[in-house]
Amino acid sequence: MLSLFVLLPFLAIVMLNLPLKTVTRQLALWFGIALSAGQVFVVIFQPDVFWNGTDLLGRFFTLRLQADNLSMVMLLSIGIVTFAAILVGRQTIADSRLRFNFMNLVLLSLIGMNGTVLLTDLFSLYIFIEVVAISSFILIAFQRDLNALEGAFKYIILSAVATVLMLLSVSVLLMAAGDTSFSSVAAAVKNSSSSHFVRFAIGIFICGLFIKGGLVPFHGWLPAAYSMAPAAVSVLLAGIVTKVSGIYALIRLSTSVFGPDSSLNAVLMIAGAVSIVIGALAATGQSDFKRMLAYSSISQVGYIILALGCGTKLALVGAVFHLFNHSIFKSLLFVNSAAVEQQTGTSDMDKMGGLGSRMPYTNATSLIAFLSTAGVPPLAGFWSKLIIVIALWQSGYYIYAFIAILSSIITLGYLLSMQRRVFFGILSDKLQAVREAGFGIVFPACVLAAITVGVGLSFPFIFNSFIIPIGAFLK
Amino acid sequence: MVLILNIILLVLFVVGAVWTMMTTRLLHSAVGLAFTSAVLTVLMFQLDSPLAAVFELSVCAGLVSAIFISTIMLTKRVTAEELIVQRKIRLASFWFLPIVVVAAAIVLSLIHIPVDFKLPEPPVENNVKNIMWNLRHLDLMGQIAILLTGVFGVVTLFKESKHD
Amino acid sequence: MTNDMAVVLWLFGVAAALVLIVGFYCLIATVNLIRALIGLEILTKAVTLFIILAGYVTGRTGLAQALAITLIIIEVVVVVVAVGVVLCVFSHNKSVDVRMIRNVKG
Repeated sequence: MLSLFVLLPFLAIVMLNLPLKTVTRQLALWFGIALSAGQVFVVIFQPDVFWNGTDLLGRFFTLRLQADNLSMVMLLSIGIVTFAAILVGRQTIADSRLRFNFMNLVLLSLIGMNGTVLLTDLFSLYIFIEVVAISSFILIAFQRDLNALEGAFKYIILSAVATVLMLLSVSVLLMAAGDTSFSSVAAAVKNSSSSHFVRFAIGIFICGLFIKGGLVPFHGWLPAAYSMAPAAVSVLLAGIVTKVSGIYALIRLSTSVFGPDSSLNAVLMIAGAVSIVIGALAATGQSDFKRMLAYSSISQVGYIILALGCGTKLALVGAVFHLFNHSIFKSLLFVNSAAVEQQTGTSDMDKMGGLGSRMPYTNATSLIAFLSTAGVPPLAGFWSKLIIVIALWQSGYYIYAFIAILSSIITLGYLLSMQRRVFFGILSDKLQAVREAGFGIVFPACVLAAITVGVGLSFPFIFNSFIIPIGAFLK
Repeated sequence: MVLILNIILLVLFVVGAVWTMMTTRLLHSAVGLAFTSAVLTVLMFQLDSPLAAVFELSVCAGLVSAIFISTIMLTKRVTAEELIVQRKIRLASFWFLPIVVVAAAIVLSLIHIPVDFKLPEPPVENNVKNIMWNLRHLDLMGQIAILLTGVFGVVTLFKESKHD
Repeated sequence: MTNDMAVVLWLFGVAAALVLIVGFYCLIATVNLIRALIGLEILTKAVTLFIILAGYVTGRTGLAQALAITLIIIEVVVVVVAVGVVLCVFSHNKSVDVRMIRNVKG
């Protein structure tokens, strides 16, 4: 019953906007939690009724949705991160009207993301990416803070450029294939692989997705949007939005629609390696908590793209596994930054220090997240990076493997400096009154930290049964 | 005959776009956009796409221009002196746009890139209503989601907040 | 492909490409938020023409029109949201100059 992933959020939004104000404002939160938790449940426990039962609602529609293992991993991450973002939003958005709008927009974004990972048509891909993008524009701007508005505008312009590039490519591919479904486009690309037009179309589509995913050299909008957005929105944006609309689409298209193709893979590897290095170096110089995390995000996404470009089955498994891990630990770091920002009123790391004694849970979970980001065993991030490096080594890309390892050390360096400046050291007088953040922030932080530790510790047991089968999406 | 009409329309299309970008007053710019849109409508008629052409005319030439004009009215009016200063600044960064366009036109018309792939077979289904309403339900759903998002955008961004 | 069709494709393609250049130029050169949005609109016009052209050349005007109509609807929503953001910026500092935005690092 795949159509439910798209239809249920729709139903929820319709019900929330019935004219029963007092009831719906209370319900919004629970609808969001139920939908995201339900999504995690059906992916983890795979109830037969859900996946193989007759699709009663879907019978009325021709949706052509399709779920393989890659979509499953994405659905799982979408569920988890949306869950965390909703809880953080409940805690950090004071105004009840704004909070209600936030919940609705998150549900719309959920429709967009679920649709994106399930659909099988190039033009529908554009539409659903646009659903996600437009709801993120509004989410970034909705508290009308001047900096956030500027971040939102930058995002609007660059994202519109990306959609223009993608549509241009769609029009050329429509001419070559006569249809926009993945299968017919893939067949057309295979038939006319030497055509300059088709190659050009593929190139600009990939450029558009690079913009959406925030890869160097198209990353200009990302730090502004991530760091200026309201706390709960940064969790959603950094955790999942750019990963679905940029990186998932790249993985899907480069493996089964446009490729596999050796020159495309070479471009992906170069873009990935440059993103890793530039992102890590830029993160080192930041004094703003969220801006540093944004650059770190660029660097981590680079690992995914590097592995994607490598193209072997093991590398792709590593890429998807790192995508999952990244969405967990990066949203955890942004949840922590939300806690710190809410309690101290600033995200400037130079004004902090010694918060660890006042915020023990935030301190501990942040430590777990940064160790996982930097790839320290036995946390989840270590295993995915290890898979990527091994895959690169096996394919003979020694220089890329070396870059990956070296950047991991830089990552450890700047995140350690972050942890030291924010949580360790002596508490300044101004911050004496700081307390631990509320339940709505601490609870998702603990859940996300538990996932990171749990996946890391159980890795040897789940490697053959869960991790390797991810690669089954390859044809 | 049709070919000459098409060429005139295409020239108008490009000139309209250039003029939209070159004029100093934003209001003229919005009018230029509406004009470009209207020319595009006729071009779409020429390409056997009447339904999309009607949409383009009513939505883009009509609604979008109205949105832009009201936005320009809502933001600051410029005085005559400011206009002169602005014109100078704009000329500094925009004067070579026409040159770029003419140069690109010459280059593009000199190098003739042939279409180097085989065109697909004629389609089975070519009725736009049937395609929109019966075959592409997912796109319709996406459109509804986008319209809903737009509604929430208007609610959150345009409504006066209490403390403003 | 017939000869007439090739001529149509080439003529319309060149014109749409020129309009694309105009739009991108505007995005790079302008300092005004509203004009940047108008530039985006110009870009979308070119893309709409490309899609309709692709449908015409392959005899799939039905599909191309369906796509173009969807595109037009999405475009309007993007413009409405962007205008909302611009008006919020304006209510903050009474100006729609993009140079303030360039002050945002990154």
